[in-house]
Formats: sequence, structure tokens, C-alpha cells
Amino acid sequence: MKAKCKECGADIEVPDDALPGEIVSCPDCGLEYEVVSITHGKVELKLAEDVGEDWGE
Amino acid sequence: MAEVTIIFDRLRWEEKVLYEKGRELGLNVSLEDIKDRPLDITKQGTVDGIAEVVLQRTISHYRGLYYSAILESMGHTVINSFIASLLCGNKLLTTLLLAKNGIPTPKTSVAFSMDSAIKEMEQMGFPVVLKPIVGSWGRMIARVNDHEQAESILETRELLTDPQQQIYYLQEYVKRPPRDIRGIVINGKVFTTIYRYQPDDDWRTNIARGGKAGVLKADSELEELMIKSAQVVGAKVVGVDAMETDEGYVIHEVNNNLEFKGATEASQKDIAKEIMGYIKEIVRK
Repeated sequence: MKAKCKECGADIEVPDDALPGEIVSCPDCGLEYEVVSITHGKVELKLAEDVGEDWGE
Repeated sequence: MAEVTIIFDRLRWEEKVLYEKGRELGLNVSLEDIKDRPLDITKQGTVDGIAEVVLQRTISHYRGLYYSAILESMGHTVINSFIASLLCGNKLLTTLLLAKNGIPTPKTSVAFSMDSAIKEMEQMGFPVVLKPIVGSWGRMIARVNDHEQAESILETRELLTDPQQQIYYLQEYVKRPPRDIRGIVINGKVFTTIYRYQPDDDWRTNIARGGKAGVLKADSELEELMIKSAQVVGAKVVGVDAMETDEGYVIHEVNNNLEFKGATEASQKDIAKEIMGYIKEIVRK
């Protein structure tokens, strides 16, 4: 599946087995997106959250 | 109806693998993004659409912590529990418990003002490691080498708006090889252990900071310390961090929300399957 980067317009390849909540990156500008939904082979993305101060182990 | 729900806020490699392994083990697993799931905390009874058994896997410490408190209050079983997450997520509270239970841990002081922190560091002897009491991926951990550095780092910390940044957790700088040890403890057993080697340009060993994982077969002394460390914080699935010193092992962290991609690759052990196997035991009890 493919989606367009809102920042630079490049194609973002989304794996077929992607799940909502997963992060994909634009191969050109590096912007991160979160998968919102996948329906009938169409993928909806939103900008991923920035790293939080309390993130990680 | 799902038998176990993995709650998350960012679906990392770990959550995806846990989900897949759970299904392979025959568990009915659901995923719940808690960013999109507000809860009425005055309502009683378990939450619709969330299984009775919950595996807490948020990347944000506070989201996971408070979501666990709510779900437990409503009758869900959460792994790791709210109290375990609270104790592990706070270095000050973890150190108190390790020390109280006779588990060797680096000498640590806590100071409550900049002036007293500098005096305490001088007393301890430089270098001293300054850590935020709540923090992760080695962020804002500083090796303070002398008085001048202490002043400049603490002056910066004083300007931060989070009041927890003015609670100064000061730890002796432990002389160790350029590595530390991570043990994965699941339900009271050490499942695997790895070395974490510091990168060439950093003294910290966090895999998230470029540390590299390597194979290690732990001895029984280390395994016992790791099991005891997990036990005193009440955690069922944890990463226990240890260092090798001339006087023996010291335990310096217990991580309740472990990342295990590097450990899986280095150890060639199926950590996700082991975790979900334990979850299955709880579900089928």
C-alpha cells in the first residue's frame, strides 16, 4: 500500500501487514506517521506524536 | 471476546510481536490504543472491549501508569501492575526498595536543593552520576566530573519547569567494564541475560542510545539478584540492569516496560513468546 507524505509529497510504502498504531516514515524527508486505519487496501495516516519526556524504558 | 488486551500508545516492534506470538499460542488477543480511549473513571465494572487480563505496553510512562490504576480499580488484572510500574518508573523509589532488601546497588544520595546537591557531590567525590528520578532511554543522565560542571548542569536543571527535575538523584560513578547487563525476568525466572556494550562515543549503554547487545550466560549469583529485584518491586515482566564491579554485581535499574528487540537478536531467545506464555497461564487459571 502507498500513501503520500504531506510534507514533501514522496510515496510512503506501508507494509501489507501494518496495524493501526504502527509508525511509518517518509523515505525522503523522514517525517513519521502513525497508521490510523486500513480499509479495503486504503491506508489512512496521521502525523505521529513527538517523542515525550516520559517515553521509553 | 478477547482473552487479553495489549494496551499501547505507539505500536512498536515489541507490541506487534507480542500480538503475533499471543495468537500463535492460541490466545484471543486484542490491541487497544489508549490515546484514543478515554475512560469514565466513576463507572464501576470492567471496561467494555478490554479483556479482563491486560498487558500494559505504552511507550509513555505516565499514560501506562494511570491507565493501569484505572483498569485495576475496575477489576482488570494488569501486567505489570500499577504499583510495580510506579516503583520501577521512579529511580528514587526503586533504589529505596533495593537497598532496604539488601540488594547491592550503587551508593546513592538524594538532595533537595542545588546548593546541597553540590555539597553532597563533593562529599561523595567526583565523578558523580546525576539522574532524573523519572526518565528513560538514558535521557538527561549526566556524568558530573567536577564542581564547575556540577554548577552548570544544576543551574540548567533549576530552570526546568517540572519540579521533579529539582529533586537531585546522585549516584556514585561505578567503575565497570564498558558494558552493563540486562536480565529479562518473567514470572520470577530469569529467561535470558545479555551484555549491553556502550558505543564508542557514549558512556551510557542504553540500546536506544546506540548500545550493542551481546551474549551472556549469567551465573546463579546474578540470577538470584535479578529475581529478587523483580520480586521487591512486585513486577512480573521486567528488565533488570546490573553492573559488574570489583566487589561483585550491583543492580541499578528495574524496567517495567522493557524493550527487547536487541535482547531477542543477541540471545536468539523468543522473549515475546515467553511473555505471552506467561500471560496465557494467567488467562487460563
